[in-house]
Amino acid sequence: MSVLVFIEAKNKVSKAALEAVSYGSKIDSTCVVTFGNISSDELSIVGEYGAEKVLVCRELSASNDQQITNLIHAAVESTGAEIVVLSQDQTGKSVGPRVAAKLNAGHVSGAIDLPDTSNGFHVNTNVFSGKAMAKVAVHSDKKVISLLPNSLSPEKTGGAATVEEFSADLGEGKIVVKEMRSQGEGIPLPEAELVVSAGRGLKGPENWGIVEDLAKTIGATTACSRPVSDIGWRPHHEHVGQTGIAIRPNLYIAAGISGAIQHLAGVNGSKVIVVINTDAEAPFFKAADYGVVGDAFEVLPRLNEAFKKFQNSQN
Amino acid sequence: MKLLVCISKAPDTTAKIAFTDGNSKFDENGVQYIVNPYDEWYALVRALELVEANGGSVTTITVGTAADDPTIRKALAIGANDAVRIDTEALDAGNVAKQISEYAKDKEYDIIFTGKETINYNGAQVGGMIAEHLNLPFISLGTKLDVNGDIATLERDVQGGIEIVEVNTPFVVAAAKGMAEQRIPNMRGIMAARTKPLNVLPAAQIENLTSVVSYALPDAKEGCKYVDPENMDELVDLLHNQSKVI
Repeated sequence: MSVLVFIEAKNKVSKAALEAVSYGSKIDSTCVVTFGNISSDELSIVGEYGAEKVLVCRELSASNDQQITNLIHAAVESTGAEIVVLSQDQTGKSVGPRVAAKLNAGHVSGAIDLPDTSNGFHVNTNVFSGKAMAKVAVHSDKKVISLLPNSLSPEKTGGAATVEEFSADLGEGKIVVKEMRSQGEGIPLPEAELVVSAGRGLKGPENWGIVEDLAKTIGATTACSRPVSDIGWRPHHEHVGQTGIAIRPNLYIAAGISGAIQHLAGVNGSKVIVVINTDAEAPFFKAADYGVVGDAFEVLPRLNEAFKKFQNSQN
Repeated sequence: MKLLVCISKAPDTTAKIAFTDGNSKFDENGVQYIVNPYDEWYALVRALELVEANGGSVTTITVGTAADDPTIRKALAIGANDAVRIDTEALDAGNVAKQISEYAKDKEYDIIFTGKETINYNGAQVGGMIAEHLNLPFISLGTKLDVNGDIATLERDVQGGIEIVEVNTPFVVAAAKGMAEQRIPNMRGIMAARTKPLNVLPAAQIENLTSVVSYALPDAKEGCKYVDPENMDELVDLLHNQSKVI
């Protein structure tokens, strides 16, 4: 059951990419395929996470779903891989289903666990926006698995990978990228291990400084509830919940969010949840590990100071 | 413009999630079904806006059984011209995508819309698969869409930001938040929907490549430990020493 892992690597190999490599190498011998101008030195890090070989296609520089699909297909033909693994990120969502359709492969998207091959081929995935898990059986010979970021930590195995140039007939790129607007240097929400989030309890966008200050202290990414993004206090890409982004950080700190079921759906994959709310009856406390009944305007700055004090004591 | 919008039903966002038959089936007892929000709020409404501005028609397509008809009528009430239902239970995204591709392959739609994912399976698979079967470009996570003649300009979410892209019709787009605003059907729409065509077509014989064996609910939390709002040092200590996340 050899494995082909597709990663997208701009300048360095991201944590989500290493998770996919590590996942693949735990199934069987793993080859990585990627594209672009990233140096072979940077790429060889995937060897430390279990990959044996990297195929890098230099002709392709921009992300294009049809060309990436053709690249992965050519790499499957060349390596004879039976399983294709990719990260369930934005690129994975546009490419994974195409690759599955092209290979006539069963596609498991949002995998949160390694396949169980003891009796068939089963993979656990997140369904109902994180409110449940499904055990999915794949019946086809070829299989495509997209892995939910932050589901399994990448593990170093201490190997080395050879990097080879790889060419394929990529066909035409029909989508023309006119402009890219970066969201800045921060860690994107789906990959973030620490998230500080706030809701209507903050009373207005001008009050987000205390949320951002805390996030900055601990290196967290900021998020918000749906009403806050709907009324334009925060950008929509920060909205976590059932109709926003589903996240699985190690720590989710929520201030001034009551915890409607739709919000919980997007965050209950978090390992630890801290809820700060003035209303002791807020439903979010039922889903929390730690609760603080208090005013976010007082508690957030106090928590920020406590983290700073802790960090100083660690140095 | 000739537009096709893929519509799926999904449990209401407040529905209790539970399972029956040895955890192999979703428990539909007392569950209200709605049009999957991404399909309705963003894909369908944007398709209607484009046709209102440029002329043309919006057809919805659903792979499902008669149990899907109420949600299909809802889409017609919001304003779609007609609807197609491929008559088979939707159990595998690959099968659904092939059924829709078989239907659409000789109909020359300018744009095929899906929602970015359903809120029950969260697979985000059907749009990309249709695009591959029909050899069309696919824009996942589209948050804005404007069309000028044969050229469409879209915004989409990508890693670390937003891209503005151009693509010629025909193409497939998965609609995400931002593309349009939810519309509430009015009484005239609801009355008109009763007589709009809902064509039920036989399904093609297609093998399911995946199936759900069982479902499980996540482990319940052990209960919330309350920390004094005056004592945030204690919270930091718990996060460091007990939970080990800091």
